[in-house]
This record gives sequence, structure tokens and C-alpha cells, in this order.
Amino acid sequence: MSFISNLINGLSLGSMYALIALGYTMVYGIAKMLNFAHGDVIMVGAFTMFTAAATLKFSPAISIIAGIIVCTLLGVIIEKIAYKPLRKASPLTVLITAIGVSYFLQSLALLIFGSNQKSFPMLFNFEPIRVNEDLILKSDSLMTMGVTILIMVALTLFINKTKTGRAMLAVSEDKGAAELMGVNVNKTISITFAIGSSLAAVAGLFFGLTYGFIGPYTGAMPGIKAFVAAVLGGIGNIPGAMLGGILLGVIENLSKAYISTELSDAIVFAVLIIVLLVKPTGLMGKKINEKV
Amino acid sequence: MKKITGILSLVMVLTIIATGFSACGGNGDADKNTLVIGGIGPLTGDYSTYGVSVKQGAQIAVDEINAAGGVNAIKFELKFEDDETDATKAVNAYNTLMDDGMKVSLGAVTSGACIAVTEEAKKDGILLLTPSGSQKECTQYDNCFRICFTDPQQGTVSADYIADNLTAKKIAIIYDKSNDYSVGITDKFVAEAAVKGLEIVAKQAFTSGTSTDFSAQLQQVKDTGAELVFLPIYAKEAAFILKQAKTAGIAVPFFGCDGLDGILEKLGTDNQALANGVMLLTPFAADADDTKTKNFVKVYGEKYNGQVPDQFAADGYDAIYTIKAAIEKAGINDINAADFNTKIIDAMTQVTVEGLTGTMVWDESGDASKDAKAVKITDGTYVAI
Repeated sequence: MSFISNLINGLSLGSMYALIALGYTMVYGIAKMLNFAHGDVIMVGAFTMFTAAATLKFSPAISIIAGIIVCTLLGVIIEKIAYKPLRKASPLTVLITAIGVSYFLQSLALLIFGSNQKSFPMLFNFEPIRVNEDLILKSDSLMTMGVTILIMVALTLFINKTKTGRAMLAVSEDKGAAELMGVNVNKTISITFAIGSSLAAVAGLFFGLTYGFIGPYTGAMPGIKAFVAAVLGGIGNIPGAMLGGILLGVIENLSKAYISTELSDAIVFAVLIIVLLVKPTGLMGKKINEKV
Repeated sequence: MKKITGILSLVMVLTIIATGFSACGGNGDADKNTLVIGGIGPLTGDYSTYGVSVKQGAQIAVDEINAAGGVNAIKFELKFEDDETDATKAVNAYNTLMDDGMKVSLGAVTSGACIAVTEEAKKDGILLLTPSGSQKECTQYDNCFRICFTDPQQGTVSADYIADNLTAKKIAIIYDKSNDYSVGITDKFVAEAAVKGLEIVAKQAFTSGTSTDFSAQLQQVKDTGAELVFLPIYAKEAAFILKQAKTAGIAVPFFGCDGLDGILEKLGTDNQALANGVMLLTPFAADADDTKTKNFVKVYGEKYNGQVPDQFAADGYDAIYTIKAAIEKAGINDINAADFNTKIIDAMTQVTVEGLTGTMVWDESGDASKDAKAVKITDGTYVAI
């Protein structure tokens, strides 16, 4: 019975990683850049919801929507100001800029909210669900998993069925050819950042609800783990990010439960190294032959 | 460009003027017979409740002593610097305080920072009396003393207290392996638990990098059927554990040491109920019946917007009165005398101080010996048990 609890905890943690990893992987797939500020968008989302619900006393629904809107706009603005001027620059320049944006967001939150952790408002009342004496399910975990599955289905449909989604696929395959075929590349990149950042806001919500406390560095560690998840699944590949995120969460939690609480991170990264040695493009990544 | 240069030079001129003024202020105070006591601790950051409490508690003692005319015509002045629990910043703060004329140091509030400061205090030969630096090395030199329990003491005393006063026999431990404080207490607790016949059913570690998700550790606590969880950790991480224990439906009581003090602030006003039933070892309970405690709690509340003092505030208060006792014992009436440092340090092992945190005496090791009490948190207040 405790195995089921541990598995559910792992799946819930993995769902959070998957939501964040989607943002990394979509941006990488389309703009070919690693947006290291993505983790901090989670923190901005969580703090927006905190401010809306705890300080301004808005209802939970409005607070959540406010968080998602702020993150979506933030994602688009970051892209416009920081990354768009560097579209033709070397990948290293863009990477350093992304790290700069990350520090900027953290320091900004530090200035506004201070370094003390804040208690995230209880937007929903989570009572544990008692199946029987041995098995008590955490309702916040179940909600995290459920919403993540819904989002993933919606995202997959969006990418494969809509015109905008197909434009994203086209840009990720060949930016130049897509442009020649009449796809507005700049608009497509903006939409990608908007979707990725709104997913990060949802991840921020679940982080706040599950752990209860947020701070300026809240997004840093989940951001790194989600990046690992995206690489594990094959960066640039959307189903890969989902699989990578969920696998990472489950491996982390099960190794904590059955091997060692201290070594869980070491085990997670060891798995990553082994996967990359065997399959360098990640679990679901495709091999692309570069023409010389 | 010209405009920017103009603004820049204006800023520079203003800075120079401002620095000039503050330097003058510093020199003026040193002439008087005023003992500058320097405190260092986290006033901002994750562990700021400890530093703020010590500062506020110490300030009350300083105000009381000055209102009564000082001791041997010596007035006290408290200067407090923020170190954010960082050892390097603590040493910088120490140097700033020395420049401001510090004669007695309250060391630093947290252990790591305090140990760094002991090195500096040893070089200068001044008395260092830390209110709350609990790691053994905080009093490693002859001029260093402390008010609080040491980590090993807390581990042993906690195990004794649980074995003698509570019914729980199966104990789980969740501790921070990346923190010397937590490891120190855990080691002594495990050793004493074996002596006292307590069974350690789970010993679960976490590290500073994995201090958010405790679901695996809490599941383990549940699976082993533990009757009590010992939490020799800081309040920040404990807040996460209490919150997750509730959503996981785990209702095992928690027992912690001084690091858990401040848990109510960390939980925030919405979550006070999460701390219900949490027990912690403390030499100070704000609801105690003696007049000294009652008076302190009253003054503290009046001065700081109705806050209730915790043991860190009491430690800070006792530290100031211990300095007063040492000055009286040594018969010092001129703080600028050449033998001030040796006299006050010698007096430390001879004084007996009846403080808020118990009756204390010190030996050569610099550690105070006093009795432990435990409190239980009920509806946002500490209740003695």
C-alpha cells in the first residue's frame, strides 16, 4: 500500500516537472535556445497568485487567472526584449542572456517581497482521502496529476490539429522553409513563449498548493530538474518532455523511499547520464543528420 | 553624456558628505563611559526570526539597565548588525562593530557565523557571549561563553525528556544531513535513546538541496508506525514538513529543539493550526508564571506590536544581564581601563545569573548549565507541559 502512496507522490512531482519541461522543450524546439529564465517564471506565477489572493483578497479563480495572464505576458515580453534582438547571435550569447534574465527575476522578487518565505494561500481545501487505514491519498497530488493530464491532451491536440500548432511544428523543423511558406516566424515564437510561460504559471500554482511556502528562489531547483527532464525525454520533443518529467519525478520519489533520501538527486542524475550514454538524443529524441 | 556625468558627480559628493557625517557620529560615542555591546545575527533572510528576536530581547535588557542608571555608572549601548547567517558577512559585521567601539561581543546568533566570529574575538581578546550559538565550537576559546544549550546537550536532554515524560516509545527522526547543528543533535539523541530504551524506527535525512518535498520521508514515518517524530531542524524546513504531514493525513506528534522556535512566524497567520501539538525543548516558556517572565512578556509585547517573545528573545535578554553580572562581580567602573577584558572574562566563571532561561553558572568550557523545559504549541501559543 505504501508503494502506491509513494508512486502517486512521485507521479504528482513528475507532473509538475513535466509542466515546466514542456516550456523548456517547446522553446528549444522552435527558437533553438535554452531559456534558463523559465524556472523563475514559475516563481513569478506563484507570487502573482499569492499577491492576488492573500494581499488583494481576490477569489481563488481570479487569482489563478491573474497568475496565468501575468506569466503569459511576462514570457512574451522577455522574448521581445531579451531574446528577439539576439535571434542571429551565437547560442552562447543567448544562453548567457537567459541566465541574466533569471537572476533579474530572482532579484526583483527579492526586492519586492523580501527573502522571507511566504505562506501560499489555501486556494482549495485539501483534505486527505482515506481509502482505508493503510492507504491515504493526498488530494493535492491527485489534482496536480489530473490537471496535468488534461493540459497535455489539450496541448497535443492544439499542436497537431490547429493551424497555429502546425505552424509551430513547421518552424521547429526548418525556420527558413517555414518562412518561405508564409509562416510568421516571429509570431509563432511569441506564441510558443506565451504557452510555455502559462504552463509555468500552472506549475507555480501546484508548487504553492503542494508545498505551502514560496520564496524568490522557489523556481530555481524545479527549473533545473525540469530541464533535466526535457533532456531525458529528448529536448525539442513534446511527448518526450511529458515522459521525461513524469519518469524523473517517479525515480526521484521511489529512490527517496526505497534507496536513500540523501542520494535521490545523485540517482536521478545517474539515470540521466546512463540514458544519454545509450541514447544521446534522449528517450524520444530523433536523430537529425546535419549537412556539412 | 554631460548630464549623466553631472548626476554622477552629485551622487558622489552626496555619498562623501553622508559618510563624513556617519564617521563623526561613531567617534563621538567612544569617549563616554558607555559600553558598546555588539550583536550579530540574521535580521533578513530565511532565518531572520532568530536574529530579530535576540536583538529585541537584548534591547529590552539594555533599556532596563540604563533606566536604572546603568551598572557602576556604566551605560550600555546595543549595536546590532545583519549577517544573514553567513560566516563571511558575520566577520565583516564584527569588524564594523569593532570600528564602532565594541567592547563586548554577543558573537553571532547562529552557530556557523558565531564560530567564524570566535576567531576574530580571540585575536582582539574581548569577551564573546553568544545568546544562541549552540554548536560546540562556538565557545572553543577561553574568552567565549554562551547562554543556550549546546547541540550535544539538546540531543541528550531531548531523549531524556521524551523517555521520562512522554508515552511514545517508537521514534522517527527527520534531520538535515547538510547542517552540522542537525547532525550534532541527531547523533547524541540516537546514543541517549539507546540508553533510555527508546526505539528509533526510522532515521530519515534530507539535504539543503532536497528540503522542499518530504512526502517520501513522511510516508516512511507512517509505514514504521512511529509514535513521535523528532525534528532536530530549523523552523523553515519544519514548516514544509508540518504542511505536508497534514495533506498526507499523518497525525503523529512532532518534537523539536531550539531550531523549531519561530515555527509560528514561519507558518504564517493562515497556518497556525498546523503547529498544534508540536512540542519543543526550550529553556523559556512565555506563559510561565514567575513575575520575571510575566514582566518580560508584557514589556516585549508593548514595545514590539504585541509580539510574544520566544527563547531567542529570552537568550538575548539574559546575555545582557549576564554581562551586567560580570561587570558587578569584577567591580569594573571604567570601561576604558587596560585590564577590562581580562577582568570581565575572569568574572564569567564566578557569576550565577538567575535569568529568564533558568539559573545559569559557567565553567571553563564556556557552556552554561541549566534545566530544560518543554512546551507544547496550542492555538498559536506555547504552553508549558
